[in-house]
Amino acid sequence: MMDAMGAPQSVLVLGGSSEIAVATVNALPHSRLRRVLLAGRPSSARHHAVETLVAAGVAGVNSVDFDATDTQTHQQVIDAVFDEGDIDLVILAFGMLGDQAAAEADPSLAVQVATTNYTGAVSVGLHVARRLRLQGHGTLVVISSVAGDRVRRANFVYGSTKAGLDAFAQGLGDALHGSGASVMVVRPGFVRTRMTAGMPEAPMTVDATDVATAIVSGLRKGKHTVYAPGPLRFVMAAMKTLPRPVFRKVAERQG
Amino acid sequence: MTITEPVSPLQRVPGEQLLTGWGRTCPSLARVVRPSSVDEIRNLVAHAGSRGVLARGLGRSYGDAAQDSGGVVLDMTSMADITLDPTAGTVTCGAGASIDQLLRTLVPAGYFVPVTPGTRMITVGGAIAADVHGKNHHVDGSFGAHVQNMDVVNGAGKVVTVSPKKKPDQFWATVGGMGLTGVVTQATFDLIPITSSMIAVDTDRLPDLDAVMASMVEHDAKYRYSVAWIDSVSSSGRGIITRGDHAPAALLTDAGDPLAYDPKIVATAPAFIPSGLLNKLTVRAFNEAWFRKAPKHRVGELQPIGEFFHPLDGVQEWNRVYGPGGFVQYQFVVPDAAGYLIAYALRRLREVGAPSFLTVLKRFGAANPAPLSFPQPGWTLAADVPARIDGLGAVLDELDELVAGAGGRLYFAKDSRQSSAMVLRTYPQLDQWRSVRQSMDPRAVFTSDLARRLGL
Repeated sequence: MMDAMGAPQSVLVLGGSSEIAVATVNALPHSRLRRVLLAGRPSSARHHAVETLVAAGVAGVNSVDFDATDTQTHQQVIDAVFDEGDIDLVILAFGMLGDQAAAEADPSLAVQVATTNYTGAVSVGLHVARRLRLQGHGTLVVISSVAGDRVRRANFVYGSTKAGLDAFAQGLGDALHGSGASVMVVRPGFVRTRMTAGMPEAPMTVDATDVATAIVSGLRKGKHTVYAPGPLRFVMAAMKTLPRPVFRKVAERQG
Repeated sequence: MTITEPVSPLQRVPGEQLLTGWGRTCPSLARVVRPSSVDEIRNLVAHAGSRGVLARGLGRSYGDAAQDSGGVVLDMTSMADITLDPTAGTVTCGAGASIDQLLRTLVPAGYFVPVTPGTRMITVGGAIAADVHGKNHHVDGSFGAHVQNMDVVNGAGKVVTVSPKKKPDQFWATVGGMGLTGVVTQATFDLIPITSSMIAVDTDRLPDLDAVMASMVEHDAKYRYSVAWIDSVSSSGRGIITRGDHAPAALLTDAGDPLAYDPKIVATAPAFIPSGLLNKLTVRAFNEAWFRKAPKHRVGELQPIGEFFHPLDGVQEWNRVYGPGGFVQYQFVVPDAAGYLIAYALRRLREVGAPSFLTVLKRFGAANPAPLSFPQPGWTLAADVPARIDGLGAVLDELDELVAGAGGRLYFAKDSRQSSAMVLRTYPQLDQWRSVRQSMDPRAVFTSDLARRLGL
């Protein structure tokens, strides 16, 4: 059960090697954690994530095989996890950035990004929601992105998948309203991680640990939407009001 | 041919309700059923699903004790028959009868409940499950000590009658057992004979915490009822002690019925109060006024029962004043030797910026044999704190550590955030209680969000 300070006892991370998700688990009060499952494809990154949390003193850390793109398996994976015991917090953290130019040249690459970031998330998100609804409590944290708030020419394949994911998560949150289960949408800006390594940093760049802090604080306060860093909320609100030609210019200058 | 519409698993089902405790934190969904007979309860228990069954009274536990997410919650308030036995000086009532209902019957007949907490809006079932205490704990002990016998629907759906003599292990596991050993359907307990509905109250306003504590140590034994309100905002820990006993009818000067009892609801808190209304400034102003209002020393003032025991019941739904974020009530007990922790806890709560207008200090008397009963000899402090204050979790964990180290513990009925390790450490009879519970409910039908959180 989540306690009154917003500290969960059991966590399922979908996208178990996600640096943001691992940092989030690490930022939760360790004294309350009993069961932490990192779900993802078997990889050295997932193995490393498990080791990182174990070394940090988190109890009950294990990995679970999960492939976001293999939607046929989602029901079995999610039911197996929930049948073993309640999950207080699910972090939907998988996603890929893709290469925009390559995707424009080879649309099958764009389909991969869309399948992972959107289709996979819709599938597993609905399965998770069904189980949270049954157990009568729990929070699903969906890692969206400001890239979906106002989609830029420079990464519109990725941005559009996050826009879709974000809209899906909001709708799911409304569907679960009053059910004891809830959805929190997290919109980070540019985060220094493996996914963004080597890319030029945008203004207001943060680390995975900063996003983690924002998520943990949001959980404690029962927020529905969290920006990281917080002030991005106002930046994006302004961006969304810009007329297309103006936004195009602004976005171009950011690259 | 019939066409069946697909049904969304996300859709709400009739009967489902979002429940919280009085602190309004951690909502969870359950199917709420309001049984009106023992057979109905037995049937619900016998057909319990995988997420179990739990009895709920009036929802005054602060945390998640009366919630069973995904399960079936029995709203017990229909089980409220009250039968007074004036020759024995006892009452037999349904577990869903409230202290409010009992007092309306008992006081005009010349009786008072053996123990009442700071609210009369609790049920007898809840009073037993949490083994509640009142201002008379140092003299009379907690509620369970006054129960002569009770009927419990166990995990097999059978009714067992238990008492301190008959199946004492099951009796004491149910007292303080937080509803996890079965559903109490009916209980018989002792009453206090009274000749008036007034309390003769002595009030002392004291300039600092040391003076408050010294006065309580010195004078509490002379009074049946005693409690101190502490100004948690002031660094001095100044406070007001109110002590008293039931006034004999001869003390009443006006001509009316000395046993007249008619507590009034004076206000209802508005449905929406923005978070942050209750802040350091408003609480400081309230506490200052409250402190100034009290006389420095006054003897023998006659107060109605409601004013003395249940001042907050005058404002319905006062729990809303903490805003949508809800609040926690931190209540611990420590032995006398660790009395210094009272001042330290007040200081740490002040430092984290937790404004509390309801901070109460009380001395406990002897404990009873119930393995999960909270009271033990020493000091108990209770402070309301808004749940969303930054850094609160860490400060409360730090205080837990000191409380456990001093041989103290926290009160399950107030808890919404302690760790399972803390419970293991501070309730040494937990395993003994677990084995009795296992014998009463081998299928583990009875469960709650509190039980899940603390691994009880």
